[in-house]
Amino acid sequence: MENSLTSEVQRLSGENIDLCYHCHKCTAGCPVVQSMTYGPDRMLRMVTLDQRDELLQSQDIWLCAGCYTCATRCPNDIDISAVMDALRQIAISSHAPIGERDALLFHRLFIGVVQRLGRSHEAATLGLFKVLSHTPKIQDMDAGFNLFIRGKVPVLPHYSAKAAADVRQIFKKSESEEN
Amino acid sequence: MDKATHSYVYYPGCSQHSTGLEYGLSTQAVFQRLGLELAELPDWNCCGASSAHALSHTLALALPARNLALAQARGSDFVTPCAACFNRMKGADYAMRTDPEVRSQIEELLGFSYTGQMRIRPVMGVLYDDYGPQRITEQVKRPLTGLKVVPYYGCLLVRPPQVVQFDNPDNPQVMKRILQALGAEVMDWSYATDCCGAGLSLSRADLVQNMVSRLAEHAREAGAEAFVTGCPLCQVNLEMRQTQAARLPAFYITELVGLALGIPGVEKWWRKHLIDPRPVLHSAGLAG
Repeated sequence: MENSLTSEVQRLSGENIDLCYHCHKCTAGCPVVQSMTYGPDRMLRMVTLDQRDELLQSQDIWLCAGCYTCATRCPNDIDISAVMDALRQIAISSHAPIGERDALLFHRLFIGVVQRLGRSHEAATLGLFKVLSHTPKIQDMDAGFNLFIRGKVPVLPHYSAKAAADVRQIFKKSESEEN
Repeated sequence: MDKATHSYVYYPGCSQHSTGLEYGLSTQAVFQRLGLELAELPDWNCCGASSAHALSHTLALALPARNLALAQARGSDFVTPCAACFNRMKGADYAMRTDPEVRSQIEELLGFSYTGQMRIRPVMGVLYDDYGPQRITEQVKRPLTGLKVVPYYGCLLVRPPQVVQFDNPDNPQVMKRILQALGAEVMDWSYATDCCGAGLSLSRADLVQNMVSRLAEHAREAGAEAFVTGCPLCQVNLEMRQTQAARLPAFYITELVGLALGIPGVEKWWRKHLIDPRPVLHSAGLAG
């Protein structure tokens, strides 16, 4: 039976979850499933059963690495990676408590920098992530230092004013369309 | 060969100016040596990479599409070294070509009309299909004999197959054939398109350590001394997240092409690595 979550996912992802006959190929091939609570196959079932809270508050929707293994192997051609993206977008817009706070923080910082500069800027993203995330503060300090001395996290962004201005417009228009 | 067929719109992507520095440098050096012309797309913007699609469906399409809009009038193929950029460009292209509603939404948002005629290609694809392994072999000055490697594609170059239309997602061949054309010893293994953990690297380093260390174990088991990759995110994860005491370096495919072609100054690429590849090169008699 149709429910609100199924149709919301379909609208955002273009994928028809009702086609799933639960062969479990997605879960069998998922490289992060051992860290998940449900795994992709059960998550699709939870969408059709409208188990909103459990699903949208789960870590699982943020642990998906977007590798498209499930999407490639699904016998019914459901792009499950796109379904995961849709569930993340729904979790954010419905203000659900976020199951993997730091994963969302990273995406927001990355995109926030792109919104302002038109391009990614690692020094800003990594620096802000280090300050704001709950990951151990000393984690990756050595790797960060090694990247820095190799000139791989330049302090100044590689900047184009035109790209930055156009990208700000894209963000404005996207936001007004999605609201 | 006709010069016009060997000029490309070059989209470096953000990582070529940061963590993937040596990928961009080696790509440009190799293309120049082979007479393949790269004209950088002016005022390109970030494709949104592994983050935009987690947050906004519209942004995930509009960010790459702006670059396609800028590039399509130039009449040549669109080439990028970065696997993630390639994947996002192909994703936007596919969505606009197959879904008229999406197409008109993005066209309206960006104020352009998409032709859908431009070919979007990874650097590896150009080397293989346009130049060809046979001609690469003819150009080799320094065969990579004795260098034992495994090709590592990761996800985004080959999946989803109907979108990216590149190589084979289960048993890819392109990188292997290029490496063999260079004289390298390509070891057989079954993990060329397994995931490295991608964008989880910062928020869940523990997961990515497991994934990468497993890849390193399998690579070592196959007899390899190094990975070869075509993705800047894979490369940095591979070199940053291995937990074993003895770690395998990860070359970019273009670095090894450059080394075999005898391009001067390869030393400065090696110095950019988090895992120094020089001991491996040295043991194969390829250092200095």
